[in-house]
This record gives sequence, structure tokens and C-alpha cells, in this order.
Amino acid sequence: MKFSEHWLRTFVDPPIDSEELAERLTMAGFEVEQRESAAPPFSSVVVARILAVERHPNADRLTLCKVEVGEERPLGIVCGAPNAAIGMLVPCARIGAVLPGGVVIRNAAMRGVKSQGMLCSGKELGLSDDASGLMTLDPDFAVGRDLREALDLDDVILTLKLTPNRADCLSILGVAREVAAITTSKLTPPAAAPVAATSKANRGVRVTDPRACPRFCGRVIDGIDARAPTPRWMSQRLERSGIRSISAVVDITNYVMLELGQPLHAYDDARLEGDIVVRFPTPGEKLTLLNGEIIPLDPDLLLVADERKPLGLAGIMGGEHSGIGEDTRRVFLEGAFWNPKVIQGKARRLGFVTDAGFRFERGVDFARSPDAVDRATQLILEICGGKASDLIDVLGELPRRDLVRVHEARIGRILGVTIPSDEIAGIFARLELKPVHQGSDFIVTPPSYRFDLVIEEDFIEEVARLFGYENIVTTLSAHRQSMLPAPETERPLSALRQRLVDRDYQEVITFSFVSSAWERALRNDANPIKVLNPIASHLDVMRTTLLGGLIDTLRTNVNRKQERVRVFEAGTCFFRDSERIEQPLRIGGLAFGPAQPLQWDGGKRDVDLFDLKADVEAIAWPLVVSTEAATHPALHPGRCARVLIGGKAAGWLGELHPRLQREFELPRAAVVFELDQDALTRQPMPAAKTVSKLPACR
Amino acid sequence: MRKAFVLMEDLESITAAALEEFAACADPAALENSKARYLGKTGQLSELLKSLGKLSAADRPAAGARINEAKAKLEAALNRRRAELADLRLTRQLSAQALDVTLPGRGIGVGGLHPITRTLQRIETLFHSIGFAVALGPEIEDDFHNFTALNTPEDHPARSMHDTFYVEGGMVLRTHTSPIQVRYMETHAPPIKIIAPGRVYRVDSDATHSPMFHQVEGMWIDEDVTFADLKAVFTEFLRRFFERDDLKVRFRPSFFPFTEPSAEIDMSFGGGWLEISGAGQVHPNVLSAVGIDPERYQGFAFGMGADRLAMLRYGVDDLRLFFENDLRFLRQFA
Repeated sequence: MKFSEHWLRTFVDPPIDSEELAERLTMAGFEVEQRESAAPPFSSVVVARILAVERHPNADRLTLCKVEVGEERPLGIVCGAPNAAIGMLVPCARIGAVLPGGVVIRNAAMRGVKSQGMLCSGKELGLSDDASGLMTLDPDFAVGRDLREALDLDDVILTLKLTPNRADCLSILGVAREVAAITTSKLTPPAAAPVAATSKANRGVRVTDPRACPRFCGRVIDGIDARAPTPRWMSQRLERSGIRSISAVVDITNYVMLELGQPLHAYDDARLEGDIVVRFPTPGEKLTLLNGEIIPLDPDLLLVADERKPLGLAGIMGGEHSGIGEDTRRVFLEGAFWNPKVIQGKARRLGFVTDAGFRFERGVDFARSPDAVDRATQLILEICGGKASDLIDVLGELPRRDLVRVHEARIGRILGVTIPSDEIAGIFARLELKPVHQGSDFIVTPPSYRFDLVIEEDFIEEVARLFGYENIVTTLSAHRQSMLPAPETERPLSALRQRLVDRDYQEVITFSFVSSAWERALRNDANPIKVLNPIASHLDVMRTTLLGGLIDTLRTNVNRKQERVRVFEAGTCFFRDSERIEQPLRIGGLAFGPAQPLQWDGGKRDVDLFDLKADVEAIAWPLVVSTEAATHPALHPGRCARVLIGGKAAGWLGELHPRLQREFELPRAAVVFELDQDALTRQPMPAAKTVSKLPACR
Repeated sequence: MRKAFVLMEDLESITAAALEEFAACADPAALENSKARYLGKTGQLSELLKSLGKLSAADRPAAGARINEAKAKLEAALNRRRAELADLRLTRQLSAQALDVTLPGRGIGVGGLHPITRTLQRIETLFHSIGFAVALGPEIEDDFHNFTALNTPEDHPARSMHDTFYVEGGMVLRTHTSPIQVRYMETHAPPIKIIAPGRVYRVDSDATHSPMFHQVEGMWIDEDVTFADLKAVFTEFLRRFFERDDLKVRFRPSFFPFTEPSAEIDMSFGGGWLEISGAGQVHPNVLSAVGIDPERYQGFAFGMGADRLAMLRYGVDDLRLFFENDLRFLRQFA
């Protein structure tokens, strides 16, 4: 949620500065992700009117402008902009002005002619990227007025990172309500008066499923001028919320959505045929979206239709027949409340997100739908003219707002802090929860705009939030204590890891998803589990072995000129055993290059199978390892062993198959092992026997 | 008859010559030759002893005693010299055997743990010290444990907080370690006091996001475990982990479907705030779903990114370095 702080302050104006406001919002659960000025700093720039434009005597590209800045004498300013014209209102930086980037405007002569200031482009003021000419100002601005004031440039733009449970704060009204509660300030939203009907135009509305569409408000407004320009104050507020101005009616619906949180839709009433019908699709029905895309309609996608055709996806997006154009004279305004359950997940299924869908799936204030339609009507009448007819308000099954009992003792029990009852009552009242104190309990009512207050704990969180998490003391209370069991016959993974580290292996962590091509190369019998939406096409299956990651690590390091590589990884492998997914933990190791680090006496033997066998024996000890000749698709057929621990197959040991060595472009053979961690976990409990007093005989 | 004083003069000069010669001998063979010359059967001192008979009986005892005295003196000198020569020889021999002790050691070296393992072990050690056991769970998870049991039914908008990897068979790669909580509660009755480290997966990749990363989940459920306890435990953990008592920790309201109240935990070394964990009191629906009575039991859960803690602890600025496995990078954490 991105918005202008000045706009917010027209709703609630706590006596704190912008920085503190942001801090208070963050600490109440509305993280202020960004706080930026509406414009870069500059000073002494005023609104000026160009009175005369003359050629510069000594330069073809320059003109000499005479401008009025609200003082008795006009200023003479040398200007290079091609669009300088008599009567235009432009920004004028006075002598002494400081522009963005620290440029200071001095009394200087340009090609022999004195310039008493500078006329500015949008780019020079940091207000736009347009450097092609002077910035054009509204003709109704007072000449001489400070530009920052005229354009409200000292505004601050706040961006809130809203959590999914607080869709009620996707509007200025919602944020203002919170600010009022947090700062105990007065909330002064714009008065929404019901609009008196002056037109008899009407349209019937039929709702086939009153649970899917609990409320449908609408109104016909006749005789509007759809070409009327959007007033600057409105387009500016929209812009500061990141919404581009399109046309007056669309802007008004967006504006009211931002202001009150109610998404609205404006239809060209002349294109509607018969009643508005809210219904689910008929089999095989299709809808052409505003962007021209034709989509088949799943039976659970709620539609707004007329008697002949679907108009749009309820609460998500309009269809091609629904929009208004420049020639629209009569609009039908829709402000509905859709059951969030009907909207949830639909946009994601269709692959797009809309502002309306985002709000409806989280929940919109169903008590305010008529207000929003009235507010938009009021603005349309003001800006586009026309005559409003009666408000249509079709009510279905509105969501329930059950009373909830909150036990005062439970607040203390959950939070671990005692909050005085009157403070709790005050917090509930500020949040408009209509608290009633009953003995040591509070009875509270969730407001129509909150969809996240259902159980007692939800209200306890509200108390904690406004009491301030920072005010909950940080001391550990007394709890029953018990020692953890320490089974001595179990060997933790950390102990196995440490043995490998002590035997000169560096641990690595590689991705659990690998390339299916590699996986096939390593185990031609592998049927790896596919990732349906891989992050990259070469990470498309779950690994069935650790070997791929170890070989990949080897390649990385060989490419970086490492001569000797000894690495291991302890991690999960994944495969299917009939219908079950098996996820065993394995330990795999790889050694490559000299058996020992570079030695000064020149001993330089390459590591071989027996070196790794010793390592495997060492990590297994005191469990006894045996090996038997076997074959494994990734290993050299004559240098491959099955590892047995306690007589049971526990893994593999061998030299990488020369074919794979070539395939992976390795300069020499690598020796690898892979063991099931399960086989290594249990170790015998030492049971001492008396040792012979005689020396050992050999 | 020889005069006793002549004999005595000979004794003096023989003794002096012998002492001189012994001292001059450079090796044991020469010394033994010298010994023979003076103390051997036909040696000069033996000859002198033989000539005692030529002295008068009166002079004989005194002269004999003198000669024996000289003999003893020479034998002592001889033994001293023998020891000296032996020492000398050993010294020469040892110096010939001397090694350049500054040369590097021989044999295999020592490897190292991955920095994330190191971090996870550090976290486990700290929590173990106040009685948290370690629990593990599967990485390919079903929708129920990853979402539904955590109060996040299908189509819940909170699901869009996670970009989930899907695998064949309607399963997901777990997007957090929270399902381990659920699995643990399904099989254990309170009190429950666990941490659950592990790999987790989300569709995201840049300098601070990896499609695979590590989380540590923590959970403490008993009759009286409060939000204040969460604050105390987690604050102390961060201060011990970073070994900084001046570390600032801040809890602010947030939202997770499986906790209520929920908190985002930030920390600061004095500059800006860094998000470090999501936490809160376990939602009653989560407890009910696994058959724990939320009227009797309550407690907290938290989840933190271990990779992020490792980055902050060791000054790593790109998460991808952890999974690139360049040995030159990894060796720094040995």
C-alpha cells in the first residue's frame, strides 16, 4: 500500500512528524517499507508567466524571456528551451535558488546578456524525466507562488508492507483508522452524504447466489461527460499511490477504492442488455477479457453478466464489453461485496493479479459499499456532470460478526504480562470493537471491515499490538525443567561429520535438485522425482544420489585450478519405492588428485580405492566394514565395491567410471563413496571385560 | 742400587707425559693406545713398578705407594677422557642427524565443516543448553503438513507469501521447517521443547535469496509458556549467538497463519534493523489439529534463516557463495 502522507493527514493528523509516524506504524504491525519525499529538495522556485519571448542577440539557440513572478517588475531570463511561449506558466528558479544536485542559480550573463534566474524543465527539478522543454504548469496557478507549495511537493510517500490479514488497511481510511487508534488521534474522514436521485434511469439486478454475492450496490448516472479532465489533486494523489491517470471516470473509481477500500466498476450503461445478473457460468461459456484474451470459464468463476452476455469476472476483472469509453454518456456504477471464499485463488489460477481481486479475496468492508458508490457518484457529478438515479442495494447473506468473549486472565496468561483492565478496555474501544465489560471478561464485536478477528487469541493479539510488543517485559519465567535424554548407543550426524573433517574432507552443501541428464548418467536405473516448476531447466529432478553434487563441486574446483579435492556432503536423497517417496539421509565423499597434500619430499601418489576404504572404515568404527566386488553404473566395473556394515549393504565405494570421467571432463579419476546414514547411527554400548595381565602375544 | 729419588723423578715425568698425551688423544683408539703405553702390562708405569725391587726395603713401601697413587690418578684421567670422547662423538653424530624442523608436516591435513553446518551446530548447542531437543522431518512434504495443518487452507491468501516448488504426486518441497513442528506434535505430547533445523525451498533466486536455503524452527509448548518467554529466549539466543550483549532486538506485530499473536523479530548492531525471524504464540487451531488441548497448553514457535545468520556472523555478502562450494571460500571456516 503506497500513498501520500498529506492525503492520510486529511483523515487523521497526529501531532508527530513523518519519521515518527512511520516508526509507530511499523511497531503496530504495518511495516513502513519505504518513506520517500514526493520530490527532491530545491528552493526558491516559483510559478512564473512568460510575458515575452525575444531572440537572443548573440546566440541562435537561446531566447530572452520576460517573465512575471508576482512582483512589480518582470525578470529578464535567458532560456534555451524550444517550447517557451507567451502566456505559458512555467517554473522559475530565482537568483539564489538551489536545484536538485546542488546547482545554485547565480546572477550571470549568458553570451553577453544578463539572466535574472532560470526557467526549468521537469528534469531539472527532478520531477520528471522530461528534459525536452520547460515544464508546463496549470494555467490556474497563482503567479509568484512557491512551486513546492503549488504542487504539494513537500509531501512524503509511504509504502506499507501489509500482511495478508490486514486488507482493511488497503485504503487511506483503513490506515487512518489504525493511525487514530495507535496515536489516540481523532479520525475525520470525508463526509459521505447519500446522493439525492435526479434521474429516473434504472437497471434491475438479480443475484442467483446470495452467499457468493452478499451485497451488490449500483447506480445509473446519466448525461456525463466522459472526456472531462481529471482534476490535478486527484491525479496527483493517484500518481503518488502508483496509479496512472487514465480518464475521469476510471480515475474516480480508483480514487474511491484507494480512499475507502471498496473496488468499484463502471460499465457503459448503453451497452448493457436487460438486467444485471450475478451468476456462475453455463457449461462451455467463454469470456473475452479487457486485454482481448478469451478464457474458458470454470464453473466456480462467478460472473457479472447482463441478460445476453457475461460482462466480467466478479471482483477480479472486467470483460471487453464492460468498459467505458470517451463517448460514454451513461454509466452503471457497481460496488459489490463478494464472498472472499468465492474470489480466493481464482486470479492466481488464471495467472494475473488485479487490485480488485487482491482486496476481495482478503475481504472488503461490506457495511460501506453504499457509501463508496455514493462517494464515487458525488465525484462523477462534480467532475463529469450528469444526473444520478436511486442507489440499488441488493442484500444477500452478509458475513456474520459474532460476539467474542475475551477473558482478561487469558490475556495475561498468553502474553506473560499484566495489562490493567481499563487499558484493555481503552484499546478495544480505540479499535472500534465495542467492548462490554462482564465481570472479568470483555465481550467484543469484530467490525465489518475486519476479517481477521474470529477467536479470542485474535483479540489478544490486538491488545498486545496496541499495548506495544516493546512494552512486554523480557524475562524468562520459572518453568519446570528436565534434562534431555542422551542415548549413548546413538551416534549423531555431527559426530560422523567430524570424523570426515578429521580425515581431511571439506564439507559442501549442494542443491537437492539436479539435472535429470546427470542423474541418468549416474544411475541409468534411476527414476528421479520431477520438480514440476524448476527454478532452472537443469535443476529439474530431485537427486537420488549425492554423487552428482560432489562431482559438480569437483568440476567447479578443478576449473579453478585446485589439484587436490576431498569433499563430502551429508544430505537427503529422494526416490520412489513403488508408490512411497523415500527420503534417506546419506553421506557421500569424493577424493581426487594426490593422496596427500603436496609434500616436500616429493611423495605424490594419487588417491585410490584403498585410501577411501580406510576413510569409510574410520567413520564407521567401531562398526566393522567389509566390502565385496559389485557393479554400479557410475563406477569403474573393476574398481567398485559394495560396502557392508554388520553384514548389511550400506553403500558404495569405487572409482568413477572412465566413461563418466570423460563425460564430466575430469583430468583424472575421482574416487567416491556413498553410505546410508542409518547404517552408521547405531553403535555398541561399551561393556568392559577384564584384560589379561600377561603381555599380548604376537 | 737405584736411588729412590731417581725413580721418583721418572714417575713425575711419566705421569705428566701420560696426562698430556691422554688429553691430546682425539679418538678412543688413540686413547687406548696411550693407555697401553703407560698403564699396559709393559707400559711405563708397570715397568716402574717392576723396578721397585731395586730399591732398598726401607724406600720400597713409600715408593710403591707413590706409584699406585700415580696409577690411580692416570686411570681417573683416562676414564674422564674416555667419557669426554664418547660425548664428543655423540654430539657429532646428533648434529649429523639434525632435521630442518621448520619444514611442513607430512601426511593428510584436516578438512572443515561448511559454514552453514557450523552455524546450525552453534544454534543447536545454544538451544540444547536450555533443554531444546532436535527434531527432523521430510523435505518432500505433503500439502497438509506444509500448509493446511498450519492453519493455511488451500486458496488462503497467505499461501502467496510462499513461492512453492511442486513435485510429482501432488507433493511440495517444504517451504519452511514449520511442518516438522506438526509432525512432532502428532507423535509427542506436551511438554514439547524442540528446534528443527533443515533445508527449505522457495522459487526465488538472487544475491539474498536461494531456491534452497536453511531454516531453524523452534517450539516450546507447555502449560505456561508465554509471549514474554518467547521474547526472553530469542533475545538471549541472538546475544549469545553473536556474542554481543549490546545487540538490540525488537519484536513487532506481524502475521503468520499459524501463530497468534505473531511477531517479526528484528535485530540491530547499532545501525539499521535486520529482519531475522518470524515468531509468535502457536495458533490454537494448530494445536487442535494435532489433538493438543489449546485451553490447557500454549507456547511459542519461531523460524529463522540460518543462512542469513551465517552471513551476518561471518561477513558473507552473497548467499550464493554458500552453495557454489569453492574450496578457497569454504576453507576460511575450518
